[in-house]
Amino acid sequence: MTTKTQTQKEWVPLLGTMWLIRAFEEKVSALYAAREIVGLLHLGIGQEAVAVGTCSQLRQDDYVFGGHRSHGHAIAKGADINRLMAEIAGRATGYCAGKGGSMHIVALDAGFVTATGVVGGTIPLALGAAFAAKERGQGQVAVVFFGDGAGQTGAFHESLNIASLWRLPVIFVCENNGYAEFTPLSAHTLVEQLADHAKTYRIRSATIDGNDLIAVRRAAAKAAAWARSGKGPSFVECLTYRLRGHYEGDSAKYRELSQLGAWKKKDPIARFVRVLKNKAAVSDAELQTIEREARERVEEAARFALSSPWPGPEEVASQVTV
Amino acid sequence: MRELAYDEAKFEALREIMDADKRVHLIGGTFLSLSPRRHLYQELAKKYADRVLSPPISELGFCGLATGAAMAGLRPVVDIGTGSFIFEGWPQVCNEAANAFYMSAGQTRVPVVFHLFHGLRGGGAAQHSASPQAMLWNNPGLEIVLPSSPRDVKGLLKTAVASDNPTIFVDHVQLLEVRGEVPENDGPIPFGQADIKRKGGDVTVVATSYMVQRCLQVAEKLARENIQVEVVDPRTLVPFDMETLLSSMEKTGRVVIVDETHQSCGVAAEIAARIAETGFDKLKAPLRRVATLDVPVPYSPPLEEYIGPREDRIIEAIRAVLR
Repeated sequence: MTTKTQTQKEWVPLLGTMWLIRAFEEKVSALYAAREIVGLLHLGIGQEAVAVGTCSQLRQDDYVFGGHRSHGHAIAKGADINRLMAEIAGRATGYCAGKGGSMHIVALDAGFVTATGVVGGTIPLALGAAFAAKERGQGQVAVVFFGDGAGQTGAFHESLNIASLWRLPVIFVCENNGYAEFTPLSAHTLVEQLADHAKTYRIRSATIDGNDLIAVRRAAAKAAAWARSGKGPSFVECLTYRLRGHYEGDSAKYRELSQLGAWKKKDPIARFVRVLKNKAAVSDAELQTIEREARERVEEAARFALSSPWPGPEEVASQVTV
Repeated sequence: MRELAYDEAKFEALREIMDADKRVHLIGGTFLSLSPRRHLYQELAKKYADRVLSPPISELGFCGLATGAAMAGLRPVVDIGTGSFIFEGWPQVCNEAANAFYMSAGQTRVPVVFHLFHGLRGGGAAQHSASPQAMLWNNPGLEIVLPSSPRDVKGLLKTAVASDNPTIFVDHVQLLEVRGEVPENDGPIPFGQADIKRKGGDVTVVATSYMVQRCLQVAEKLARENIQVEVVDPRTLVPFDMETLLSSMEKTGRVVIVDETHQSCGVAAEIAARIAETGFDKLKAPLRRVATLDVPVPYSPPLEEYIGPREDRIIEAIRAVLR
């Protein structure tokens, strides 16, 4: 039986991380609208519980891979938000010195190995990290986040098969937000639940409410324990919804307003706030402080990013090869 | 000096590499294509059963797996087998492995080797005869190696595995039985150092991979007519040793480039462009390329032979630049 204080101690920081991601992405959105940031930006506002719940069960030396919508995954794994914001702003102080940008975040210091601009592109890479982890024998796991759109790629299917065959310590986290870019999942596959694919490949799987932080945490804990004990891969399908368009500037007219309204009611942060109030007796004042502190840190990150120098042309030919 | 067959030298390298470094895993085929000398691979697979892996036919999956494993500290060596099959793993090789070091501003190193057999092999037809190295050369971030002799395959393979970059090891089945000198305890051969495979003062022939062997035969024939051919083997395309080539041209003033990729935007085209930019003043005659004709590779033996850098085409090109 957990006491309230233990629960508070464990859960309150999770709200802080969710707010940090939400505030970060809202700031990115505002900076994009103000043309302070350019480029292709894919925000995961509304999907924070998947990143935070999963990464809360990981160790520092576990490997995390993301996709094109991965600011949140990097933050949840512990990436420095100043360097992250600077990278998205294309500055020399960014994680990738401005060479990667929003879709290609690498925060190796935090164990966020890489994102990719290619749907499904990091799924095979995560197998490799899991393979290396298995060789090393220290109980590390690899996690890869991807969307429902990736479930129709060849990389996805080849990877599930190999992970199962070689019993690799990898956790496939599918953020099923119902839309592959601009297209509803039903227009691209008749398989309604992507976890069904995992069953085909004999991988243990679960389909869960991805907007319920506690449910995600529970599923991730089971998957991580399974992998660390040498039992192999897991597949966690998290049903969620992105509250923004596919990319910033996408008005998402292909979605019904009523659908958006229904999902706003299931906002993972608001839901977790209710949980904290009811089950952990966190006060309104404390809750407000958590949000305010997150927003202040993000403002500081934006100041850092926008006051950082641009990379110079002398950097353009460096780091092509070692 | 000790003489070895090319495949023996290659497997001697693999054995020494695996003995020395536990991080090295072999993933994919046998590194021998369809050669009957399977025992070379089987001995290695037996000795290192847990480090020699046979994945399903999932190039996208295992090229990515190897890339990710390299990112996480291992040094995988992948055998794609038939070079055309790298197209099945292309996104992982060209879009993930090649870009990772640059996109991460040096955070992520990808010490993986992709080994493949390129080129005209005898009946491979259009889908089993690709020479993808020119396309790969168009992807910054990859190192590209083309051995042509037993000594080179051993030394270059060692350097490829030791390299912290994703490296494409472009092999050719016609080389497997070529014999040549390989000194005992021969060390790694650094990348970016061309090798003059035969000295001569009349014409510089730049040749890659199996074409080096063919050009050496041509040079032998032409020597009887008192035409002295210098055969320059770049050995690696990335990095490319322009200096050795230019100093050979300084002597001969005449160049023929012989390479098995298709002619347009091929390896010979790029080398020709570099010569035009930095060595034009040394040329006494327009240079000539002998490359594979710009058609898909046909199946029938006379057609397949016709489109390649045939001996008679090489001789004709050499005579033309000497005129």
